[in-house]
Amino acid sequence: MADRDNLLSVKDLIIRFQLRQGALTAVNRVSFDLAKGERLGLVGESGAGKSVTGFGILNLISKPGRITHGSIRFEGRELTQMSEEEMRRIRGNRISMIFQDPMMTLNPVLTIGTQMVETLLAHKPISRREATEIALDRINRVSISSPQKRLEQYPHEFSGGMRQRIVIAIALLTSPALIIADEPTTALDVTIQADILELLLHLCDTEKTGLILITHDLAVVSQVTERIAVMYAGTIVETGATGQIIRNPQHPYTQGLLAALPQNVPAGGRLKQIPGVMPGPSRIPAGCPFNTRCALCEEVCRTVQPPLEPKQAGCLAACHLLN
Amino acid sequence: MPRKTLISIQNVVKHFDISGGWLDQLKFSGGRLVRRKTVVRAVNDVSLDIEQGETLSVVGESGCGKSTLARTVMRLYPPDSGQVLYRGQRIDNLSSSDMKTYRTRMQMVFQDPYASLNPRMSVRQILEEPIRFLRGTLRRDEIQEAVAAIMLQVGVDPDWRDRYPHEFSGGQRQRISIARALAVDPEFIVADEPIAALDVSIQAQILNLMMDLQQERGLTYMFISHDLSVVKHISSRVAVMYLGTVCELARAGTVFQSPRHPYTQALLSAIPRLGEQGFRHERLKGDVPTPIQLPSGCVFHGRCRYADGRCVKEIPRLRQVDEQTMTACHAVEEGRI
Repeated sequence: MADRDNLLSVKDLIIRFQLRQGALTAVNRVSFDLAKGERLGLVGESGAGKSVTGFGILNLISKPGRITHGSIRFEGRELTQMSEEEMRRIRGNRISMIFQDPMMTLNPVLTIGTQMVETLLAHKPISRREATEIALDRINRVSISSPQKRLEQYPHEFSGGMRQRIVIAIALLTSPALIIADEPTTALDVTIQADILELLLHLCDTEKTGLILITHDLAVVSQVTERIAVMYAGTIVETGATGQIIRNPQHPYTQGLLAALPQNVPAGGRLKQIPGVMPGPSRIPAGCPFNTRCALCEEVCRTVQPPLEPKQAGCLAACHLLN
Repeated sequence: MPRKTLISIQNVVKHFDISGGWLDQLKFSGGRLVRRKTVVRAVNDVSLDIEQGETLSVVGESGCGKSTLARTVMRLYPPDSGQVLYRGQRIDNLSSSDMKTYRTRMQMVFQDPYASLNPRMSVRQILEEPIRFLRGTLRRDEIQEAVAAIMLQVGVDPDWRDRYPHEFSGGQRQRISIARALAVDPEFIVADEPIAALDVSIQAQILNLMMDLQQERGLTYMFISHDLSVVKHISSRVAVMYLGTVCELARAGTVFQSPRHPYTQALLSAIPRLGEQGFRHERLKGDVPTPIQLPSGCVFHGRCRYADGRCVKEIPRLRQVDEQTMTACHAVEEGRI
């Protein structure tokens, strides 16, 4: 989207884990852009490298993992070259992260108020009183009643859905430019999931906050995001406008993934299945990573890795057979 | 066509005492020391019939008692009151040795294929054990043949029979769990969230396998799930549970097209919809109450926009509202919805 300013630009990102048995490539030449206020869905099965990509943006890859190649530009600055000190000023400040399990994210022995105020004081030169004001405002915004009382409560006093609201309130504290949400509703029930996603969508929309939503659920992505990047075995295999990819997927993997959903088959009918399983990072085949499961696989697919390039349908896809 | 009832669940109640030892139960109240028990009312007065050859799905959110109900049907928990009948015979009060004959007829598949297979047993041992224990008359070569046949049927290469569970992927492991359930040739299978731990492309493989097996063997399924689009796909009938009670029981097609109970309506409206932007779901007020202190009357009344005085006082019973649907709701019964 050329009409919007660029917020984040990831280019040729490679993340490797150096193990005794050899190096594993978890993320292999991933590139994508995010405009200011844009919502991107990063979809794929477990082990596809979606979360590692998310952690990579925040430079949170711990040993033996390492970003070995590529660049991550955020608000015009290169994140991969930053010192830990500089990075800390961006994490939880300009970029916030929301994780799957709110009970793991919140500190069980501190009140919600303490956790919120500490976060603000760590990033902003403001007084404790001002910080409390902001905390109250954010709790209000995530539709939690009697915020004053809530600040004095501990995480265990909230239900799962309320806790995730608190986590979102904390993510919003510093008015970040980008929120990375890693499976934010996977641990929640479906009625609460809908409430939380609606809230996240509404907040990102009104505050013009960019969002990277990492999930395995295509339906969730289709409701919340404007663009999708489908990941498979560490690479992006297809990316484009959400509606278009859901309606008219190009890459055989995306097609298979959508066809496997019960929503797309008459009740009781046989589901289309993709044979086999996604190869782990130590078993990614040469050529196209999907070639072991692809019904259309040809000779070139076994030798040359297809680049992610524009296709006729208007999306970008990494497939030799689409031209 | 009238079908035979295979399983009949009648007024089943299951509570769990979580108050711990008697020291933990002591509380100060009005200046006196009293002993008080804390009881989780997981399943309250549930009645359901499961017909032969059908897939009855039990849906609901976490903590609604669907897994407890499944385990009570399997007699993994004895019910506190009420009874479970298998082809008209009571099985909830049988001794474990009398229960053994029913164990060959009913089997269970669990959610997590990483936790439900013993990591120190090879696939051969996992599959031979139930056969040896429950079909003791078979000779050794017959057992081996049965194991190979069942592995073929679920799509695991019999040459891998000496491998251990960690050598298989999640989907393969779930196939092995299904094979273990099928090894004794049952007619009824309780599947408790069998695909919840699997990726989308693998879910389709397992669902297809379960539907194929049902056709080939005439199996009856009780399918526990929170994934409503999967339930819509494979069920003949659906029971919706909320806080330990069944609030709606209907043909799958009917319930997804015209849900009657207010909770079912809210639940179904919240299913993530592919290809739709934004949200149009019905928002429920508040949170699910704790099953330790159940609300009076209808358990849903605190969150229901149709609730009135009667709903607060009187527990609604599951009643036939039309040919396809039974609901437990005063408002539906009075024609207010």
